[in-house]
Amino acid sequence: MILLTRRAEFSASHYYWNEQWSDEENQRRFGKCANRNGHGHNYTLEVTVAGEVDPVTGFVVDLKQLKDVMEREVVSVYDHRHLNLEVPEFRTAIPTTENIAVAIWRRLEGKVPGARLHRVRVYEMPDLFAEYRGQE
Amino acid sequence: MKAYLGRKYRFSASHRLCSERLSDADNRAVYGKCANPNGHGHNYVVEVMVGGEIDPVTGMVCDLVELDTWVSREILEAFDHQNLNTLPAFANRVPTTENLCIEIQQRLRRAVRSELTLGVRVEETSNNFFEYSESAAQQERGLER
Repeated sequence: MILLTRRAEFSASHYYWNEQWSDEENQRRFGKCANRNGHGHNYTLEVTVAGEVDPVTGFVVDLKQLKDVMEREVVSVYDHRHLNLEVPEFRTAIPTTENIAVAIWRRLEGKVPGARLHRVRVYEMPDLFAEYRGQE
Repeated sequence: MKAYLGRKYRFSASHRLCSERLSDADNRAVYGKCANPNGHGHNYVVEVMVGGEIDPVTGMVCDLVELDTWVSREILEAFDHQNLNTLPAFANRVPTTENLCIEIQQRLRRAVRSELTLGVRVEETSNNFFEYSESAAQQERGLER
């Protein structure tokens, strides 16, 4: 089995807020991330797929197809958007980096031709990332 | 739903690679310039990855402030701007980055909540890194049995 990883970037804004909590509780738990005007990041997405090397092409997966799927399912939906306000899955889930990784997995699962999704890693900043590997 | 959260931290320290069980000539042969008697230093990068269930209320695996507190207390305060060879942890072990990685894993394990899995990756330079994870340790223990 070979793992292959492709990277993409998107820029988006968000804030952390739990409607069940008071303003004070949100401020206390989420700090400056709770600012209701939002703030933004340059996110880096790493999608890793697993599969066997095709003896004819030498590829695990057609990179162009993987790029197109990531662009269509994720980047075109998230890039230059406010995640809380404009991306459906974050009307109910707080767009933490963990939840973004899970949401991207769900958007991509089963859509990469010829390969199995292995890992989704989302960098919010170069020093901070979240990873989801499907149900373990 | 289980996810993983990783964060990088940095500290600077000096060390000398030299085993008391080897002769000067053998130390020189094994460790090369790393055995230089006066030591040398690195800017270490420590990547800590914790894994666990995403809290449905906060959307988080682990509060970053909590993680920062653990790493500062157990790792950065202990190692930053120190000579690793002079620390108790390396009194009987050569402070290679392999051993440093294991020491960091053990120190953090004491602090990190037990329901979280823990992995540690230490970069000595941008070209060298060492990794230790509990799943790897479990596999090793499985092989021993």
